[in-house]
Amino acid sequence: MHEMEITSHILKETLEIAKKHHAKKIKKITLALGPFCGFVPECIQMYMDVISQGTMAQDVQIIAKTIPLKIRCNTCQKEAEIDRLHIECPYCHSTNLKRLSGNECMIESIEVE
Amino acid sequence: MEIKVYHQILDWNEDVSGQVKETLKKHHTILINIMGSPGAGKTSLLKELIQALRNKYSLGVIEGDITTSIDAKTMADLGIPSVELNTDGACHIEAMSIQKILPEFDLDQIDVLFVENIGNLVCPAEFDIGETMRMTILSIPEGDDKVVKYPLMFTETDCLIINKADVLPYFDFDLDRVQKDYQGVNPGAPAFVVSAKDKSGIDALSNYLKEKIDALL
Repeated sequence: MHEMEITSHILKETLEIAKKHHAKKIKKITLALGPFCGFVPECIQMYMDVISQGTMAQDVQIIAKTIPLKIRCNTCQKEAEIDRLHIECPYCHSTNLKRLSGNECMIESIEVE
Repeated sequence: MEIKVYHQILDWNEDVSGQVKETLKKHHTILINIMGSPGAGKTSLLKELIQALRNKYSLGVIEGDITTSIDAKTMADLGIPSVELNTDGACHIEAMSIQKILPEFDLDQIDVLFVENIGNLVCPAEFDIGETMRMTILSIPEGDDKVVKYPLMFTETDCLIINKADVLPYFDFDLDRVQKDYQGVNPGAPAFVVSAKDKSGIDALSNYLKEKIDALL
């Protein structure tokens, strides 16, 4: 339900970029989302369908890529990619971890014509 | 044609939260973000914390509410400067709203400003509002599976408060499971079992807060 604000921000930003590149239409927006970012791509698409009407992003397709959840173990100092449901070091099973990535919410690229 | 962008979308919120932090630092004010479900006991617990801390610190409250001002009135009745922040339907508070509301307070006169976030176990955890520390409240009737179901709320916090300890005998709530799950997602962070109703555990929690506040002020 909180995707509305993020969607209007994505729209605003991508319209500016497309304008700078003298594009006529935005066809795809690729997002890179961390597993902890908490935004649901389908909701972003749903809001986008509504708020992009009448702009050059009308009918744009939202594509979401997932950024892996990376950690550094404070016990054995190793780095690893882990699953968000198993928060532990895969090497030594310590739970004393530092999160290196996972909350990202990025616009990675846009496809225009 | 594909245009590479690589732009963090949450930057706008993070920029503003940075500005809020600067403002607070200048005035030596600590902002404590209180988060939890509707009905977890955020307001009741805040009332207890105010009573425990008001002799030592000057306090203020920002009451986040979707539409009403019920909670802000409760705080005003306690004689604490409080401002209501109606999000008008939104499910969380953002740094921008805090930035707009800060001028309502005389920050030089306030040591600790509490923000009671919107009752919600999902969205508030995603938005840095410029807070100095975060408290997450979970109440016994909500169930003992909430840490695994809503991990971000329990990962992105400085402490967990398990409220309504007085009703523990009546619920199938596995306290050990919650503590274990919480340590799994937020290793080393403290958890407090309290009851805002019979006041159990409030002393331990307020002593912890005093230590934190003294270290930060």
